Amino acid sequence: MTVTAQTTGATTGHGAGGRQVDHSLGDVARSEAALRTFLHGLAGVDQVGADARAAVLGTRSIKTSAKEWAIDLGIRMVDLTTLEGADTPGKVRALCAKAQRPDPSDPKCPPVAAVCVYPSMVATAVRELRGSGVHVASVATAFPSGQAPMAVKLDDTRAAVAAGADEIDMVINRGAFLSGRYLEVFDEIVAVKEASGDAHLKVILETGELATYDNVRRASWLAMLAGGDFIKTSTGKVAPAATLPVTLIMLEAVRDFRAVTGRQIGVKPAGGIRTSKDAIKYLVLVNETAGEDWLDPNWFRFGASTLLNDLLMQRTKMATGRYSGPDYFTLD
Amino acid sequence: MPTFEYAPAPESRSIVDIRSSYGLFINGEFVDGRSGDTRKTVNPASEEVLAEVVEAGEADVDAAVAAARHAYDQVWGRMRGADRAKYLYRIARVVQERARELAVLESIDNGKPIRESRDVDIPLVAAHFFYYAGWADKLKHAGFGENPRPIGVAGQVIPWNFPLLMLAWKIAPALAAGNTVVLKPAETTPLTALAFAEICQQAELPPGAVNIITGGGETGRLLVEHPDVDKVAFTGSTEVGRAIAKSVAGSQKRLTLELGGKAANIVFDDAAIDQAVEGIVNGIFFNQGHVCCAGSRLLVQESIAEPLLDRLKRRMALLRLGDPLDKNTDIGAINSAAQLERIRELSSAGEAEGADRWSPPCELPARGFWFAPTLFTGVSQAHRIAREEIFGPVLSVLTFRTPAEAVEKANNTPYGLSAGVWTEKGSRILAIADQLRAGVVWANTFNKFDPASPFGGYKESGYGREGGRHGLEAYLAH
Amino acid sequence: MHPPKADPQGAPPPVHPPKAQSRPSAGADSSTPAASRLAVRKTYKLFIGGAFPRSESGRSYVVSSAEGEFLANAAQASRKDVRDAVKVARGAVAAWAGATAYNRGQVLYRIAEMLEGRRAQFVDEVRVGEGLGKSAAESAVNAAIDRWVWYAGWSDKIAQVYGNANPVAGPYFNLTSPEPTGVVGVLAPQDSSLLGLVSVLAPVIVTGNTCVVLASDARPLPAITLAEVLATSDLPGGVVNLLTGQVAETAPWLAGHMDVNAIDLTGASDPGFATDLEVAAAENLKRVVRPDHSEDWTAEPGLDRMLAFLEPKTVWHPKGI
Repeated sequence: MTVTAQTTGATTGHGAGGRQVDHSLGDVARSEAALRTFLHGLAGVDQVGADARAAVLGTRSIKTSAKEWAIDLGIRMVDLTTLEGADTPGKVRALCAKAQRPDPSDPKCPPVAAVCVYPSMVATAVRELRGSGVHVASVATAFPSGQAPMAVKLDDTRAAVAAGADEIDMVINRGAFLSGRYLEVFDEIVAVKEASGDAHLKVILETGELATYDNVRRASWLAMLAGGDFIKTSTGKVAPAATLPVTLIMLEAVRDFRAVTGRQIGVKPAGGIRTSKDAIKYLVLVNETAGEDWLDPNWFRFGASTLLNDLLMQRTKMATGRYSGPDYFTLD
Repeated sequence: MPTFEYAPAPESRSIVDIRSSYGLFINGEFVDGRSGDTRKTVNPASEEVLAEVVEAGEADVDAAVAAARHAYDQVWGRMRGADRAKYLYRIARVVQERARELAVLESIDNGKPIRESRDVDIPLVAAHFFYYAGWADKLKHAGFGENPRPIGVAGQVIPWNFPLLMLAWKIAPALAAGNTVVLKPAETTPLTALAFAEICQQAELPPGAVNIITGGGETGRLLVEHPDVDKVAFTGSTEVGRAIAKSVAGSQKRLTLELGGKAANIVFDDAAIDQAVEGIVNGIFFNQGHVCCAGSRLLVQESIAEPLLDRLKRRMALLRLGDPLDKNTDIGAINSAAQLERIRELSSAGEAEGADRWSPPCELPARGFWFAPTLFTGVSQAHRIAREEIFGPVLSVLTFRTPAEAVEKANNTPYGLSAGVWTEKGSRILAIADQLRAGVVWANTFNKFDPASPFGGYKESGYGREGGRHGLEAYLAH
Repeated sequence: MHPPKADPQGAPPPVHPPKAQSRPSAGADSSTPAASRLAVRKTYKLFIGGAFPRSESGRSYVVSSAEGEFLANAAQASRKDVRDAVKVARGAVAAWAGATAYNRGQVLYRIAEMLEGRRAQFVDEVRVGEGLGKSAAESAVNAAIDRWVWYAGWSDKIAQVYGNANPVAGPYFNLTSPEPTGVVGVLAPQDSSLLGLVSVLAPVIVTGNTCVVLASDARPLPAITLAEVLATSDLPGGVVNLLTGQVAETAPWLAGHMDVNAIDLTGASDPGFATDLEVAAAENLKRVVRPDHSEDWTAEPGLDRMLAFLEPKTVWHPKGI
């Protein structure tokens, strides 16, 4: 199945002699060969250099007022997540309560961005969160492996949307990607985007399985070309999950994509982000890579569960001057 | 007003204890200068006077060399390598123990950001002492003969850009090989060398093995021309290096020189572009560009010049210039008023000669010596800013079409210290590296240093190598 | 180990002959007069994966001084302990071989610092174990520590001495670099219980290999104390594993193990036994270091013991624009 021109925003450039040239990126998916040529033609990534850049940005010292601001922003960016076989409506209700009021002792603490659950739990979450402003995100497409027939994956998506999900987190077909069947990956994303209707689509690359930074760059571009609204690092079910260097590559991709097409895409690192210190490093990364336009829950999210309590503990310490302990925060 | 303001994150100054005045370190003790001449050292970020140090004169230099000679003849030159090793290990350990204090002191006296002195300079200082400690009792395996002997007394003069690191590069191999030293730190950055003298005391290094004498150009001249100095090691400007080479002519003195550079950083169209931008920025703005091996000429393949420069400018706008003790500072102060004047003069020449000058918006503090990171495009090989070493945060951009042209332009300089090559193609890296007339070639990276890796230049960038097995050669008798 | 002058609690365990007089000190508290304080005796166990387990066989054997007096019950390793140790050593290879040479050098130098701190304990154990006078024991211990410092300094230099670029006749970059072979089995010298031990162990690990060491049968105590030093020195668990027991029982299992890359047969004092081990080692073509019974442990070592466990790897790459 060949799909053309899914992306918006052709950009124009100047060829020789000042002639306007249409650089619409939609053309790149006109065939398997064209898509491969485009993706393989993207600039390479030097792994050591990328790791070093991420590490230096990790040495930024964010204190006092900057830290306060970053912690609050971090809380507002959390997609509070539960994706366990043992999830029940009771568990999801507790999570939703926490999402709306993360700190039981401080009503001024902002709510999180979204709650992220399996499709079967969406209806419960929607009921609990109605009117709160906290979104309901659902994983779909046979998360986390994606190893199911396409029809099943689309039904999975539609069910979540019908139950009220605002956002869909899909997984790409890693098998197809790693064997070079890029157009297949592309077409699947396009189909899921269509099945998502008005819901916002996050495309999970599962960077741990992609292994190289070159692959992360290519998969990022592929996902954006196919119409994703967000690119997301991981399912959180495979190690390594999110890392600073991988997120750096993805932030470069969304920055460059916007420069070429005019379209802004969001980024969500997920899995393995446990402490406020980690979260702040990610915010510094966003600030000094894609830029401050992305410093907003509409364009950057943390896929996390334990992170929230650490953010709350740090927030409390900044307010009271005392190191806190887990007894003072809810475990849901 | 940026969305994400990093609040001030100052490293505390309270860890250092700067005395109001220092003597000379001769024969294991701090002694007063004999002439009474002194000089003040200043914090370049604030122009605050830090301390008064001695301006060593002829009698002081004589005393220091005599102490080194005595220590060489009686103690150090006779000592078993395994024992020299243990002293050097002790020194390395004390440097590690006092790392934070030394880093803060270095930033205060030199002007470089604390992040650099903490994460780069001081760890490398300790590593150099560890590395050469390990050679002290293995010299017969180093490839310089079965029973290599030291030379004798080394007179060493170092620059102000990496004060304690340049001291380590000089002293560690000299001592490991069995020589004793008299070292003169740069006139604007004496404080970490004087702290090092204390470290020698803490390690109970035999008196006279290391002597530290402060002073300016005249003190340096007295030291390198002293008749009882057997080996001279100098890092600094090519102009002074040339004068030293003339002064040792006809003598038995051994000489190594590490001088200036005007390195080409060559970026091909298939480079990993984001990392290349980082490498360019690191190459010229690290340490405020006060680096002999700085990538001060960007040679970019014409086909990608425009997109590369866009990214480069965007990246330069993220550089944070300010208080060296703030942990988020990327660019610190220029080391002295004199250096600042030189940078300004050459930059003006750049504009006058027709190059296009650009800097990101940058607020310079009111006091202290500061220069905004600067880019010149439309530069040609004939421009002064393409030929002369600026030694500041100023990048000159030239283009090329073919690999041969890149190599030709890169080599078209009297200097030959270092070069950078950016391409994802391995065979090209190796072919270009073969053709570059430079003592250090960095491929897909820049400004990487390691005690195990030899460093030094071709042509007028000097001769001799520091670091690695090769770094022993200068300190062993032939 | 300090026994009380008179034991008020009754008879000691029946296996060991009771002694009324004070025993030779081997271990802590040798400076305390015997009458004033009951010593807390040390238990000597195996060292595997950074921990100190007993032998899975539950066995122990008596270690006596050079004069034949009881010193300790040391764990007697079995073939299963050998098997477990090799597995752990293999698991530790990637991280240790992958560490920077600088890092390995720092760890080894730290070990030397810890050895220095325990000089008195080692001097005691060497003295009673080998029957040396105090000053001979001190010389041996000093030499062992200095030997360790010597080897520590090789980690970031051996590649410069044993590796190099090769000027091949063609447009190729060609570089030879030595890499660690992997897991090394070591039979520590039977007689020189610390200096000899250090001399066979340090070259193996400074080059990035991990090992399973079979301590001297009769003089294993300094080896276990050394293991305690290793455990407190930032050395990752599994890099050195140390087994006490009967080398005649354990060595064949080590020599024949198909996941061991090299073996140092120094501690196989009987030539026939050493030959058998070498034959067993040939099954997977282990690199073998044969025993040299005239080895003078006090002499400065050359490079042989490091080179024996290094594999030079040569890489070619074309040079062209």
